[in-house]
Amino acid sequence: MEATFQPLGDQAVVVQFGTTMSLEAYQQVRQVASMLDRQPIPGMVEYIPAYTTITIFYNPQVVYDWYQSQGTKEREQDADSLYQICCNLIREQLNHAEHQSERADRTIEIPVCYGGELGPDLGDVAELNQLTEQEVIDIHAGGDYLIYMIGFAPGFPYIGGMSERIAAPRRKSPRLSIPSGSVGIAGKQTGIYPMETPGGWQIIGRTPLRLFRPEDDPPSLLQAGDRVRFYPISYDEFLAFEEGSS
Amino acid sequence: MTVRVIRPGLLTSVQDAGRYGFQKHGVIVSGVMDPLAHRLANMLVGNEELAATLEMTLRGPTLEFQEDALISICGGDLSPTVAGVSVPLWKPILLRKGSVLDFGQCRTGTRAYLAIAGGWNVPLVMNSRSTYLRAGIGGHEGRALRTGDELQAGELTGLGGRIAMRLSIQSGGTSFVASEWGIAKEMLPSYSSEPLIRVMRGNQYEWFTADSHNAFFSEPYRVTPQSDRMGYRLDGPKLELTEQSELISEAVAFGTVQVPAEGNPIVLLADRQTTGGYPKIAQIATVDLPLMAQSKPGDWIRFAEISREEAEWLWMLRESEIRQLKMGILLKNA
Repeated sequence: MEATFQPLGDQAVVVQFGTTMSLEAYQQVRQVASMLDRQPIPGMVEYIPAYTTITIFYNPQVVYDWYQSQGTKEREQDADSLYQICCNLIREQLNHAEHQSERADRTIEIPVCYGGELGPDLGDVAELNQLTEQEVIDIHAGGDYLIYMIGFAPGFPYIGGMSERIAAPRRKSPRLSIPSGSVGIAGKQTGIYPMETPGGWQIIGRTPLRLFRPEDDPPSLLQAGDRVRFYPISYDEFLAFEEGSS
Repeated sequence: MTVRVIRPGLLTSVQDAGRYGFQKHGVIVSGVMDPLAHRLANMLVGNEELAATLEMTLRGPTLEFQEDALISICGGDLSPTVAGVSVPLWKPILLRKGSVLDFGQCRTGTRAYLAIAGGWNVPLVMNSRSTYLRAGIGGHEGRALRTGDELQAGELTGLGGRIAMRLSIQSGGTSFVASEWGIAKEMLPSYSSEPLIRVMRGNQYEWFTADSHNAFFSEPYRVTPQSDRMGYRLDGPKLELTEQSELISEAVAFGTVQVPAEGNPIVLLADRQTTGGYPKIAQIATVDLPLMAQSKPGDWIRFAEISREEAEWLWMLRESEIRQLKMGILLKNA
């Protein structure tokens, strides 16, 4: 798939692979990430990989200084802005990137207490899809999932592979506070809130697992590329799990 | 060098330029809301640019300095005083041992930055001293300051030592000495309760209706009380999409203006999430982030469109002014 480039303001480039979520786009994003790990472009501050995009943040001063240090021959190529210089650098590296093999998959099992006060939007999700709450739970816990990206909050996994039968749009207005461990649905995506934060997803349950671990390196339990399965637990099991881990 | 917190103020936290490099794990950048005031404050006391300052919000703290200290205060005017005497902003200040620095009402802006020569010495967490309030990590014990906290300053630099030395032989008040030089007037940001914020079109700009485009650039938006370090929720003419479509989550940045379905824009700031799924109507030019971050609930924001090239050029211009200033400070204190 062809990469397209867009600016995100005056200090970042968004490299995009298509406009729909696909395994192919995901693999291309992973490839750019591993390419940048091996050889960051001059001035790169960091990158954020997502489903179909990888956004590269740069320090314009470093990019400018690098550009000035180049011979006139290199500078002849079409670059009327620092953004263009970055795009050219990324494009050039993409053309020379070798295919890297993905690391082996891990599968992580995630216990979830569905519905009730831990999953206040389970009823709405069921109603939107003309299902019973139990059917939503069965479908959600019955799927095999892949983590496409970690984002939005520390250790927050964006998980692909959810059945469209339980899809639900984001809430019209984000909630000001969603408790840590909440499992949600937004469109065709499902995810888990690793810490208390505002957010707009429909909340269907909660896991007692700790996803953000600032004392560890990497600080996130889940990594892009992990496989995930959910299994239902009761409210009592949820409480017991929380006590056991604290 | 110890500083004791007598009164913590509304929200006072240790921040540096931000925690970069961990956004791919979803760890937010944090850091100062007004990067320019923070940077200038550090420069005035001879600090490295990476040093941490105290970010003070609307109602500042009361701090007792247990030794002589070289400090500077930049950003919003929160009426700093020592022993009832006004302390000037945007200048190096030598505080005498035992001085109590107090803050009063907020006259301009929202946040002020207190730099101390040597920087505030808190442990590095993931390469940064910034307080990540929601996660409880970084800064001083991962939280805003409280009464009774004690903060330490790091080792001052050679330049910081020379600035302090010159001030110590200059005559001045009994409790502090203000330098004769400081940031030139032309370089001072003009904080306003009706700031004009320059933006570039966001990547989903075309998703919005023509009426929304017009409204966004012609009508003022009010900063609502649901505004904090994470982002400001604005209130004004509703912004609507030409058709209902869901965006696939992707990276956001400092100054991204995103619009949830209800139609009121949200400006993402220092404690923003790393990625988001709401359409982005605009992105604030980096040079204007300080003006946005210094606005407060009740203020009226107007947006003006500029091109990315202009935004880059304005940024380069700002950087060259900062380099000149840095050179000036070095020469003055050679």
